Amino acid sequence: MPSLIDLTLEGRKVEQHAPWPRVVVDASVWTFAASELAHGRWSLLGLWGEPATVHMAIMDGQTAGIAVISLDCPNRRFPSVGRHHPPALRLERTIHDLFGLSAEDSSDVRPWLDHNRWGVRFPLGDRLDALPKAAPYRFLAAEGDGLHQIPVGPVHAGIIEPGHFRFTASGETVVRLEQRLGYVHKGIDGLMTGASLERGVRLAGRASGDSTVAYAYAFSRAAEAALDLRAPERAVFLRALLAELERLANHLGDIGAICNDASFALMHAHCGVLRESVLRAAGAAFGHRLMRDVIVPGGVARDIGHDGVEAIQAALDNIRLRFPALVELYDNTASLQDRTVDTGTLKASLASQYAAGGYVGRASGRSFDARRALAYPPYDSLRFDVPVLNEGDVNARVWIRVREVEQSLALIDQILSRLPQGSIRKEVPLGGEVREGMAIVEGFRGDILVWLRLRNGLIERCHMRDPSWFQWPLLEAVIENNIVADFPLCNKSFNCSYSGHDL
Amino acid sequence: MRKLLFQSVLSRPLTEPAPSPDDAAVAELATELGQAARRRLGRSLSIREVDAGSCNGCELEIHALNNAYYDVERFGLRFVASPRHADVLMVTGPVTKNMREALERTYHATPNPKWVVAVGDCARDGGCFAGSYAVVGGVSEVVPVDLHIPGCPPTPVAMLRGLLALLEQADANAVTS
Repeated sequence: MPSLIDLTLEGRKVEQHAPWPRVVVDASVWTFAASELAHGRWSLLGLWGEPATVHMAIMDGQTAGIAVISLDCPNRRFPSVGRHHPPALRLERTIHDLFGLSAEDSSDVRPWLDHNRWGVRFPLGDRLDALPKAAPYRFLAAEGDGLHQIPVGPVHAGIIEPGHFRFTASGETVVRLEQRLGYVHKGIDGLMTGASLERGVRLAGRASGDSTVAYAYAFSRAAEAALDLRAPERAVFLRALLAELERLANHLGDIGAICNDASFALMHAHCGVLRESVLRAAGAAFGHRLMRDVIVPGGVARDIGHDGVEAIQAALDNIRLRFPALVELYDNTASLQDRTVDTGTLKASLASQYAAGGYVGRASGRSFDARRALAYPPYDSLRFDVPVLNEGDVNARVWIRVREVEQSLALIDQILSRLPQGSIRKEVPLGGEVREGMAIVEGFRGDILVWLRLRNGLIERCHMRDPSWFQWPLLEAVIENNIVADFPLCNKSFNCSYSGHDL
Repeated sequence: MRKLLFQSVLSRPLTEPAPSPDDAAVAELATELGQAARRRLGRSLSIREVDAGSCNGCELEIHALNNAYYDVERFGLRFVASPRHADVLMVTGPVTKNMREALERTYHATPNPKWVVAVGDCARDGGCFAGSYAVVGGVSEVVPVDLHIPGCPPTPVAMLRGLLALLEQADANAVTS
């Protein structure tokens, strides 16, 4: 079995790409990599385009070795990865929508983000005028006696993001769910091109509101990798503090919201109070409840004062006091367990095939957590467990969150007790002419990948891959044979991002 | 569960009348908003939230309006599941081209009289996404906006303050027309 290192020896190595290697390969190596992905030997981390190039980030799950392979496509075509490895399909459709590069022999050539409303085709490649009339989107067929369709969205009933779900049901049972996304596509990849790092990190922090810290964290680490810059020690620890507060707030909110979708409002009310306590502490400590625009390339933009530390400690004490009773309530309420246990089960094989990150993967036996597997500082020097379950149902995804709340509490304690003194921000150098960097950061939802190329200090191309790309398709799989009424429960237990996905 | 419910009965509500500056603002809003809403609409104002392209940050803070600290329902403000039930549309985000039609249709599905509140910096003029090939711009490019609540995202208190301003404006219009 060839290793990733062998693969990178097959191509021409690109200088100034850090920290992992990037090599330019030919079509045969590209296709070989696709078949290795299909055989489950490697995991797909990302697949993105440029006007005449496609890039693919791959990880060897055994060694956590990572590489990026790139293929030039002078005739605007590249061998399809999705044909061998379905997780790549939506990414290839996106490359076509944005850059006009076609995946040869792909089994799905429908548009994905392009709803034919931009007034232009291939906005980031060789632009063409939009089609005069949009062809109706062809949903996949589901045929049989007595089947009916339920279209939902893009405007949903709750206070949530827009997207379209097309259910085909037989009575109460869902036979097929198909998602249609792209409604909140804002063209962030396009806005990044030509932007300064300062504007870039603001855009990154607005890719997905609930992961504003994680995105700014990943963007800043990618920029620092490109520029060979190390953030000051105090900033390194403050970043982890911000990331864990974000994880804590989101997990607490999710645990309550999942229970609320089983009409158990008591958990929702109490978890909402705990979430609010974290947001208030974050507001007191960093001047913004969601901690937006705090992490920047070079370090962090504002320091934490003594009052801030106290506010966070008070919030932590409050959670430690109240959370165990809520966990007990969840565990001992039979009517609630009846809804969450054995509902929306994700098989371990699918979680592994899609390299599903976050609680979705870890509730189905995939132990990957970027904080542990890639051990970026300060997590290399902090003690924490990565909880893993094998059941794969809504209940397991709740329990992973419960355990991660406990881990985040312990992590914040360690960070606060070891917070180094000193400066919080370094001057960002302009760097050489062309510099490339990549970073993977564990957000609350899973691993976020950011890849960028800088030219004379400006962003030439930046791609951000949300964990939802590899979770959304799995939601389609888990709802099959569940009842329509359990969809909100399954959906909330995944809590995929629309904005982070649509960009 | 019984224990937890029992404790809740015995303990003071978290809903804030406490004396810190922020808390005072909430308490002040409680009275003002309550009176204005009652004058205009009896006791209640139904709000339908529409994400027309936001990053989801505004949605998180709108959610917070429903938690025990802000408890927006005590003012008669209520989030509803359909535009058919709504008096107010709270619209977030730069309106994306892919959401433009959905926003228009939601607006037309809302019965008169209705108000549109644009929430967040992006909803004013597209914010940092303005100029993108995929973005129309602020909410007022697509539907008439009665009030804009700035912030990225606005805090729950800022949103309560904004809704109060809307009620007063609606009242003033009702008197002059």
